[in-house]
Amino acid sequence: MNSDKEHEEARPSPPKDADEMIDHHPRIGREKIATAFEEGHLRQQAIGVRLRQMFDAVVNEEVPDEFLEILRRADERGSEPG
Amino acid sequence: MSLTAGVRSSKTRSDEDDDLFKAALVKLIPHMRAFARSLCGDATVADDLAQDAMVKAWAARASFKVGTNMKAWTFMILRNQFYSDKRRSWRETQLDQDAAERTLVAVDDPSAPIALNEMRLALAMLPAEQREALILVGAGGFAYEEVAEICGCAVGTAKSRVSRARRALHAILASGVYERDGRPASEAMGSILSEASRLKFVL
Repeated sequence: MNSDKEHEEARPSPPKDADEMIDHHPRIGREKIATAFEEGHLRQQAIGVRLRQMFDAVVNEEVPDEFLEILRRADERGSEPG
Repeated sequence: MSLTAGVRSSKTRSDEDDDLFKAALVKLIPHMRAFARSLCGDATVADDLAQDAMVKAWAARASFKVGTNMKAWTFMILRNQFYSDKRRSWRETQLDQDAAERTLVAVDDPSAPIALNEMRLALAMLPAEQREALILVGAGGFAYEEVAEICGCAVGTAKSRVSRARRALHAILASGVYERDGRPASEAMGSILSEASRLKFVL
């Protein structure tokens, strides 16, 4: 809907003189990309942090006793002769 | 405790190997539980899976090559177990149950912490192979080479799965999939994926 408007804004303004034409930087576009890049980077960091938190939360949980119990029983079976 | 262990004096070499292996396996249990939870979603199902994988790892201890990454080895066993069981509750059931009730809202502040529910929902929307690759790299601390080994794919495939997962997660979280008007998820997903490809240059 407002994509036309955005497109309008992103379009570089025509150069006012020869110097500007030679040394022209599409400033608005670059700033937009820089901002988007930074935001994307921040968001990726936030995603990474949350991902690690979710994983570490489980790692830091106390291991239920049955794990060790199951392993102990498996060990006993493995030690039996034959 | 150590005294009673010491009484078993006539230890063979393999007994000592077994003890070492067992001690390492016990240390890995928390990580196996976390990886299982990330595959299954449901905590009880995940613990069953982690227990089965632990027993399998113990039974297969003779085939473990000392000097290789034991964490990656146990994760590979766990993952194989998961896919052979088809315990895909996270992908197949949890999404439907939760999606009906919860709402994702687009975030204005890119550095704002991501709500746990949003992250869980967003992760659930990823294809399983992308989700596991991202979790292994982003949370498990594995290198791409190790992910490739765990998942049985090429290193390049692992890399591309992780980057696609990152892009998709970003797009899902940025746009807020489940809008308040109750638009179907599949429709929303279509627009998100096109958004994700547009965002490529950003990420």
